[in-house]
Amino acid sequence: MKTTPYLLSLPALLLFAGVVVIPLAMTVILTFHDWGQYKGIEPVFILKNWREVFGDPYYGEMFGRTFRIALIVTVLTALFGAPEAYILNRMKSPWRGIFLLVILGPLLISVVARTLGWALLFGGNSGLVNKTLMSLGLISGPLPFMFTETGMVVALVHVLMPYMVLSVWAALQRLDPQVENAAVALGAGSLTVLRRIVLPQAMPGILSGAVIVFALAASAFATPAIIGGRRLKVASTLVYDEFLNTLNWPLGAVVAVLLLAALAFIVIGANRLVERRYAQVFG
Amino acid sequence: MAFLALDNLTKSFGSHVAVDRLTLGVEKGEFVSLLGPSGCGKTTTLQMIAGFVEPSGGAITLEGRNLLTVKPAKRGLGIVFQSYALFPHMTVAQNVSFGLEMQGVAAAERTKRVGETLDLVGLGQFAGRFPRQLSGGQQQRVALARALVIRPQILLLDEPLSNLDAKLREEMQIELRQIQRTVGTTTILVTHDQGEAMALSDRIVVMNKGHAEQIGPPHEAYERPATPFVASFLGKTNLVKGASVRPERISFAATGLAGTVKTRIFQGNHWLYQVDTADGLVTVIRQNTGEAMPEEGASVHLAWSAS
Repeated sequence: MKTTPYLLSLPALLLFAGVVVIPLAMTVILTFHDWGQYKGIEPVFILKNWREVFGDPYYGEMFGRTFRIALIVTVLTALFGAPEAYILNRMKSPWRGIFLLVILGPLLISVVARTLGWALLFGGNSGLVNKTLMSLGLISGPLPFMFTETGMVVALVHVLMPYMVLSVWAALQRLDPQVENAAVALGAGSLTVLRRIVLPQAMPGILSGAVIVFALAASAFATPAIIGGRRLKVASTLVYDEFLNTLNWPLGAVVAVLLLAALAFIVIGANRLVERRYAQVFG
Repeated sequence: MAFLALDNLTKSFGSHVAVDRLTLGVEKGEFVSLLGPSGCGKTTTLQMIAGFVEPSGGAITLEGRNLLTVKPAKRGLGIVFQSYALFPHMTVAQNVSFGLEMQGVAAAERTKRVGETLDLVGLGQFAGRFPRQLSGGQQQRVALARALVIRPQILLLDEPLSNLDAKLREEMQIELRQIQRTVGTTTILVTHDQGEAMALSDRIVVMNKGHAEQIGPPHEAYERPATPFVASFLGKTNLVKGASVRPERISFAATGLAGTVKTRIFQGNHWLYQVDTADGLVTVIRQNTGEAMPEEGASVHLAWSAS
């Protein structure tokens, strides 16, 4: 066996082990430790924290909310992002560059500033949109936005859209423009071309975009923290609270490990599925 | 009136005239090639017939009907694209079947016709493969089958063989000609390859800078080129004493135009000579019959019969 490649990759492996594997292993060990209000963390091996998370329906509801939001966000970004990418792909310069910047815009602004912007638009009676709609007589009371799942979904769709658009756009750029002409010449209308020719070829891009968006939405922290606050917790904000407010690290560790495991399972599974389905077709 | 008639067909992009008052009649069942260098307007002409490019002026009629008012999707033409433009996410059979589905042909009839057409192009056993899993030549046949299966009134071929290697291209030329004869579809081929155009066509249209320089059978265009452009584009030619003489018509003789052999290149079935004469360099092609030929530096006399 040749040792040189292993020796050469040793520094990177050590760094990876130091900053990823060891803290992760420590987090997993932490989940089995005991914790009390006055005694703090006790390094013992018990299943109390796991029992609590699996036994209390509060955690089930919280995980349900986390993945429901992530799923809705993923579907919405695909629904809006795929057509957006298609239109972007058909644009000519300089418009393509300008609108690419518009699409990437949300990524250029701090997540806190952006989410507070949403809060200013919709928050309470004084929010700009709510005030306008109420003065026009279209709604009687303010639309609820803060501390709602809808609010979280809207803000997350906004920030995660670029990942979907770029992913679909990359797939569309590989398309041979003549293929659409070929379908037209064979008698296909423009809707049929979109549905039967363009969409199936954009599908790998949509699916890989969906995997990215889902993972980021399920583990998002700042947006749920600002919009959901303490009233509407998701996995990441709950972990944060356990670690920094309640100081029940072992319980927070269980939630963190479960979130990681579920995400890894979903992302790897989805990726497998995509690769198996499309390896043959797109090579 | 011809089956397909182009009447003063013109296309300009800004101040650039891509196709300049092209008039052409194509008879039913005929194989016509648009031949010319890149930028001569041949592809633009094809795209106007297909409906992907709107003409700036002139008319296109098919069996007397105005074709320009018909949408591309309703023209019912079979097109083979240079890149083949196969649907990568569909199997060979699905690719070929697509046009029939669009026409609303019943499933049983579709299966039958897809099978027949794939057999015609010799791909019967590849029906379940994806385009990615086929060679260039096989993909080319799928594209041809997909265009033919809808029984088009006209088959348009846009440089269909240019992505194949030389040997395969020759085989496909023969096959394409046989298939076209079998099904009898009126065919228009766009190519920059004069050999391909001459091998396949009933008539060729030699195009240059947007207009037709000559329209006629390949043999006629080669033997009696209407313009110097046609003479130089269709094979090699010499301009000796103001007349155009094909290199293969010149032979070494005891008397005639005197010169010395400058270069001699052996090309298997023939020798290619460049002879320095009082009228400049003259290219001579002689069949390789196994006899000894003049060497470089030798003094020779060139003779030819005026055509």
